[in-house]
Amino acid sequence: MVKITYIDSGGTARTVEGEVGSTVMETAIKNSVPEIEAECGGACACSTCHVYVEEGWKEKTGEPSPMEEDMLDFAFEVKPNSRLSCQIKVSEDLEGLVVRTPERQA
Amino acid sequence: MAETIKTDVLIIGAGPIGLFAVFELGLLDMKAHLVDILDKIGGQCAELYPEKPIYDIPGIPYVTGQGLVEALLAQIKPFGPAFHLGEMVERIERIGEPMFRITTDRGKFFEAKVVVIAAGGGSFQPKKPPIPGIEPYEGRSVFYAVRRMEDFRGKDILIVGGGDSAVDWTLNLAPIAKRLTLLHRRDAFRAAPDSVNKMHALVEEGKIDLLLGQVTALQGSGGALSGALIKRADGSSVTLACETMLPFFGLTMKLGPVAQWGIELREGELIPVDTASFETNEPGIFAVGDINWYPGKIKLILCGFHEAALMAQKAYHYVFPDKKLVFQYTTSSTSLQKKLGVS
Repeated sequence: MVKITYIDSGGTARTVEGEVGSTVMETAIKNSVPEIEAECGGACACSTCHVYVEEGWKEKTGEPSPMEEDMLDFAFEVKPNSRLSCQIKVSEDLEGLVVRTPERQA
Repeated sequence: MAETIKTDVLIIGAGPIGLFAVFELGLLDMKAHLVDILDKIGGQCAELYPEKPIYDIPGIPYVTGQGLVEALLAQIKPFGPAFHLGEMVERIERIGEPMFRITTDRGKFFEAKVVVIAAGGGSFQPKKPPIPGIEPYEGRSVFYAVRRMEDFRGKDILIVGGGDSAVDWTLNLAPIAKRLTLLHRRDAFRAAPDSVNKMHALVEEGKIDLLLGQVTALQGSGGALSGALIKRADGSSVTLACETMLPFFGLTMKLGPVAQWGIELREGELIPVDTASFETNEPGIFAVGDINWYPGKIKLILCGFHEAALMAQKAYHYVFPDKKLVFQYTTSSTSLQKKLGVS
């Protein structure tokens, strides 16, 4: 299991355990982390699992694919560290990952 | 006043469960019309994940969202369902026991003995950007759709987005706008390449402006827009004068008018039903698929199929109060096979 911390728009941090091979979105939904909706269920077909990857983690989470970039157009307040959490696979490398959730998804 | 369409059953939502409901109703001789807010058939399967695989339809190891929709359409073809797409049911009034009068946002009227709500996650509606204080401008100077192009003639227009809607409306409105600016967060567009090329050509000819960034605030008063504050990709800010803004950020699911139909709701978003017939607290109004709730409910397409089958059994008694229903199998019943056109 890999520890992931989600910091919500109000500043509250929640650290939960994610299974290797699952996604950062699935881990959030399983643990009732707020501010992640995942309307399409992880098909990279909406933009309601938008997160900001915390400073220093971008290299490990990688860059969004062109399809993910297209979907990010539908998100609000997109920043250079914006990702769709359904497209970030949990791996051992991500132990301690910190992401922030936006105030609104849709 | 528009002519009233009379039917046995009106189904709200043309997703997989609405489609399969046509089949189960059809086997029992009930005719159905379907209304859906999307301009295509298939609901989430067609709108959200047409090319994504579904692995849990019984007997079908693998099918895509669009593939399932097409298979269902082939299955219900013998029953000739009528589709009313791009329309949203606004009102349901009880006018008999049971008989309902249903009104859509396009001013269409239906009279049906039974209403089946198969609305999934609710209706797909345009996503609204979270710009503080946008509400007073909505419908007056901020629009999420273009219903009449003429309304935009001579206007100073700001279009936001990078998909087909944003780029296509840029091309269509450019000739009639006083001035038009297209704003997108990055220098890549999802829209069809041909449209993107045409858009870039207009920019080069100086006919429209292209700006990279995101809207952070609106200026104006009393619902009349005068400008938008834009944060550019490089972090700098600029104020752009405009009197109309058209944000195109795709669709999201909202419960919509279902909440105003007088049906009991659970936590404001799901419709409780009894599991013998999937009827709501309003006799004659049923709810099947993702929109309903009962103890043990799980949101699976296969569960919705089962719900539709039981719904049809009860609906039969409303549509044909004097007839006795004899349960039959498609495998062996000549009468069912005749309806399916296979006997």
